[in-house]
Amino acid sequence: MNPTRVQWIAFQTIVVKEVRRFMRIWQQTLLPPAITMTLYFIIFGNLIGSRIGEMGGVDYMSYIVPGLIMMSVITNAYGNVSSSFFGNKFQRSVEEMMVAPVYPITILAGYVAGGVARGVAVGIIVTLLSLYFTDLQVHNFGVMAAVVFLSAILFSIGGFINAVFATKFDDIAIVPTFIITPLTYLGGVFYSISLLPDFWQGVSQLNPILYMVNTFRYGVLGVSDIHIGFAFAMLFVFIFILGGYSIWLLRRGTGMRQ
Amino acid sequence: MAAALIIEDLTKVYGNGFEALKGITLQVKEGDFFALLGPNGAGKSTVLGIVSGLVQKTSGKASVMGHDVNGDTFDARRSLGVVPQEFNFNQFEKVFDIVVTQAGYFGMRAAEAKESAEKLLKALDLWDKRDTPSRMLSGGMKRRLMIARALVHGPKVLILDEPTAGVDIELRRSMWDFMQDLNRQGTTIILTTHYLEEAEQLCRNIAIINKGEIIKSTSMRSLLSQLSTETFVFDVCAPVADDFSLDDFEIKVTSDESIEVIVDKGQSINRIFTLLTEKGVEVRSMRTKSNRLEELFVDLVKEKTA
Repeated sequence: MNPTRVQWIAFQTIVVKEVRRFMRIWQQTLLPPAITMTLYFIIFGNLIGSRIGEMGGVDYMSYIVPGLIMMSVITNAYGNVSSSFFGNKFQRSVEEMMVAPVYPITILAGYVAGGVARGVAVGIIVTLLSLYFTDLQVHNFGVMAAVVFLSAILFSIGGFINAVFATKFDDIAIVPTFIITPLTYLGGVFYSISLLPDFWQGVSQLNPILYMVNTFRYGVLGVSDIHIGFAFAMLFVFIFILGGYSIWLLRRGTGMRQ
Repeated sequence: MAAALIIEDLTKVYGNGFEALKGITLQVKEGDFFALLGPNGAGKSTVLGIVSGLVQKTSGKASVMGHDVNGDTFDARRSLGVVPQEFNFNQFEKVFDIVVTQAGYFGMRAAEAKESAEKLLKALDLWDKRDTPSRMLSGGMKRRLMIARALVHGPKVLILDEPTAGVDIELRRSMWDFMQDLNRQGTTIILTTHYLEEAEQLCRNIAIINKGEIIKSTSMRSLLSQLSTETFVFDVCAPVADDFSLDDFEIKVTSDESIEVIVDKGQSINRIFTLLTEKGVEVRSMRTKSNRLEELFVDLVKEKTA
């Protein structure tokens, strides 16, 4: 049998399994971000936003919507892969793939595609909800789609690495709680970094999520605090480095093979 | 006949320094029904883990159907089906989905995978449970599900690590029939088990492993022929005296109505009946004290440990 054909079918199998998983437990995967983001729109966008006025040349609600969509995509892509892959490790069902002729790159691609699928699904739900609160413009659809897709890939890979090293369920909650959430909040979701003193503007530019949020905002509003080309270059470099590292971990069987 | 499994000088030292395998060499012929026996912690599961890709070897070589498990992983894994000792499927997935997903990992198209899954689930009496999440199955059903999953891609070699552990007698016998049918159709079966009766009933060849070393690798017939004595228990109709004797046979009166007779290789069991009849002892029933293989196994392991 042709190995390429086997890998293609194995990839589709993992993707179908992953999508089936997050659809089966939609109350835990798709509903909570919809509720949380609706609360953000109501509280920050409507109630507080009406007193803030404009930010970056647009009304506050329009300013925060792109950031909130990106925040949903990033956290859900990461959470999907980290919880699913760790769940498979915990139940040892990961062994089903390890005894099969599935290449490490196929396993990684399958899980990442599952994470991207959930990230994009949640992104679409949040976008549809935002239409109730504001008129969403589209300045550059290509930039919007590309940054969503690449960010979801990058954070899915991050979730995968987290799951490989995790030995208990607490370990897959630590990174989102102590790293991703703070970086997202400080990544210009709710404010423009031009409001910060020079020193903190410099510090903010070390935050990778700032580039994703601002690039997506540029795609929607045509407004950005950073250089778009640099953001894409950074996304590609990180995907390449972390993707390569994940494949190396899978080859070694880290956290899976004795 | 070609070899289905070749293991050469295989060693495994775990991270904590424990030497699980001390350079074992083993060969299983294609079409064989082979038993790998050993006490707990002897290294059986480590051997099977290395062959199936779940454990990393320290040194040595292993190949399945001529394909090196490390160098030619793709073909080695396609030739192999694995039924592990512990349940290792997703507890939330449905029975049918588990089997079809496994087929997908082996590159089977959806239609082909579903057809194979249906055939196996029917053969293993699980078809009625196809839409049941795996966590809802009984222990015996879970074991059968693991067998269906391991066979869905039609492997040439099937590894079963304690396949009937915790399974009731009736189900165990039906699983034996299933495995024997499978072997007759050409699948090489490698089995580890704690039920020595199972190994004696099913397997043609056997290896005994103890403390990471193969202490015996031979045919079942040749191994059993090494048995020098066998103990028979006779249940008698009336009590016999404590000093009861049976000519040159070594005997032990274990209770009023039970006598154990140790029969050496070459001694005739007919003579026991003749002697008992002469002494007016009526026999109600007769049985062997323990499984023959069990006696040998205990002797071999004890000998090596001493």
